[in-house]
Amino acid sequence: MASYFAAVWAIMRKDLAAEWRSRQMVTAMLVFVVLVIFIFAFTLDIDMLTRRQIAAGVLWTTFAFAGILGLNRTLATEGERGSLDGLLLAPVERSAIYFGKTLANLFFMLVVEIFTLPLYALFYNMSLAQPGLWLVLLLGSWCFCSVGTLLAAMAAQARSRELLLPVLLLPMALPVLVASVRASSAFVNGLGMEYASASLNILVVYGLIMPALGFMFFDFIVEE
Amino acid sequence: MASTSLDRKPRLLQALDILSALLMLGTIYMVFFYAPMERVMGQVQRVFYFHASSGWVTMVVLIIAALAGIIYLIRPHKKWDVLAVACVEIGLVFAFICVTTGSIWARPAWNTWWTWDPRVVTFTILILVYMAYMLLRQGIEDPQRRARFGAIYAILAAFTVPLTFFSIRIWRTLHPVVIGSGSATAEGGFDMTRPMVWTLLFTLLALTVFTLTLLWHRVRLGWLADKVEELRMKAFGR
Amino acid sequence: MITVSQLSKRYGYRLALRGVSLRVRRGEMVALLGPNGAGKSTLLRILAGLAQPSAGRVEVAGCQLPKQAAAARAQLGYLGHQPLVYEDLTADQNLEFFARLYRLPAAAARIDELLELVGLHQRRSERVRGYSRGMLQRLALARALLHRPRVLLLDEPHSALDLQTADALDDVLRAQARAGATILIASHDLDRVGGLAQRAVLLADGRSAAALPKAKLGRGLPGHYQQALERAGG
Repeated sequence: MASYFAAVWAIMRKDLAAEWRSRQMVTAMLVFVVLVIFIFAFTLDIDMLTRRQIAAGVLWTTFAFAGILGLNRTLATEGERGSLDGLLLAPVERSAIYFGKTLANLFFMLVVEIFTLPLYALFYNMSLAQPGLWLVLLLGSWCFCSVGTLLAAMAAQARSRELLLPVLLLPMALPVLVASVRASSAFVNGLGMEYASASLNILVVYGLIMPALGFMFFDFIVEE
Repeated sequence: MASTSLDRKPRLLQALDILSALLMLGTIYMVFFYAPMERVMGQVQRVFYFHASSGWVTMVVLIIAALAGIIYLIRPHKKWDVLAVACVEIGLVFAFICVTTGSIWARPAWNTWWTWDPRVVTFTILILVYMAYMLLRQGIEDPQRRARFGAIYAILAAFTVPLTFFSIRIWRTLHPVVIGSGSATAEGGFDMTRPMVWTLLFTLLALTVFTLTLLWHRVRLGWLADKVEELRMKAFGR
Repeated sequence: MITVSQLSKRYGYRLALRGVSLRVRRGEMVALLGPNGAGKSTLLRILAGLAQPSAGRVEVAGCQLPKQAAAARAQLGYLGHQPLVYEDLTADQNLEFFARLYRLPAAAARIDELLELVGLHQRRSERVRGYSRGMLQRLALARALLHRPRVLLLDEPHSALDLQTADALDDVLRAQARAGATILIASHDLDRVGGLAQRAVLLADGRSAAALPKAKLGRGLPGHYQQALERAGG
């Protein structure tokens, strides 16, 4: 058991170290998110109140697409066609690879969120000093990455992988996005826990089911 | 499945062909002549029978697809994959029918072709999910890997599609101004008289039998295609 | 150390291996010869646990595959077509990472030793992205040897190496063999591995030589493979 977590940890740290060296992917994600914030802010020429109402929707749409950018890259470093051969040769459980990769992706997504949220707060007139919002960000990103990593591992082995991932992922991640937007919106608009709890429940259920399925199915994905 | 059983169409399948044809004729009679005209909605209400039944059939075949996926992962045999693809293809067709008929019904009922009702959105997402399933399969050459990935995707879909429904329902119930949200429980929208109930049950039965027949044909087709590929490999390739 | 009997591998409708049998004893260095597309890589990938056999029995280092693949992996070193190292990490970081996955004790000393062995000691803290093809291959070799595997599986290890590096590789392999490692080298280049291996096994059309039809042995294969076979008594 300890060696399982050691493997998860090692794989996650390896991905972070590699990204820290190049900073290519996170930079691209950040620039993308900032661009989208600006584009939305300019093109949706609306009053402050409406702006605050749609802020959560804009937020999660942007994060989802930025997340896809990251997920597409996550397997590109693992041999041609994301074969993961180097990791598969090592005496570690296959699912440890899945969790290591998921955690690394979660980390990247959270970094992007933390750096861009102040901009959102500025443009969409929302307050960041809400623990509830941070909880939703953490939960929603975990759900998104847990299903995203699984599907990215599949897409990497298909023909048009970069094109395929969003098509595979977005309809599957819809409950995450809907629930996250709903919960964030409740917190941003100061409605509090009672409006967010049902959506948070959905996130918790999703955030438990998806990793469990990933745990069971990752072997089948990397099998040849 | 023995290969000889593929060469000729099985008797039972022939019988099913005839039975579904008769049942479909019966359905047309029931829906258009037996069932009474609904007071408020008028003629257009008759589309409801097809709408509800195709929705039911879609759910059934897609659940079968997910089950076939589970069985494939436990005991990888290509017959389960052939079954899963057949289910998804047929499910897609009926999901389209369901959404289209729903839209036709919604126009007079809710005064719009489209609403953001949870069921409508869920069914549309369901279509997108299974179109993604087909795209995923197209992108993978190795048949075993294709079958595995298809199985996994179908199983994931069986979890996310219901969650989509719940997440949207939570959303919508808190937006009471949405058009037609009150009539989201469409079956309750009008009082079903006894002939209406009979018509609905008959349509359900007919469409279920028809779908199973279709499924059998599609599975046979899948098997034959597989055999052709195998023979081609034997004859020309290594 | 390696026992393969009646191994078949099917990729969809294509049979990549059809009934291959092979036996490599402990401490032996064996060349796996054959033209491109003969199934050499597939065989090695199955032995390394990267691919599943469709039929037949495979035993590596006393472990049945694919059932005991996890136990086998700890004793296997595999060098394939890809270097399987991370471009954005240094040589050091790469080996440290793999040492962690293999749960190596005293990893730092082992990494030192290996980098010395493959001649990358000077450039160990450079990013791998800047390495030449030959340097990558040497680092890949270090990765494959890191955990002191008892069985080494090498897939065309000499490709893209200059003569000097290739000779250095041969020296490393001989030293490994002396130290008791069992080595299987897949190659289409007879001249390169002919002098290195103790014997050769021929693979063609997804079959091992013993199972090849006579006609195929006579006509279908380049003559020099055949001579090598006779020479090696294989």
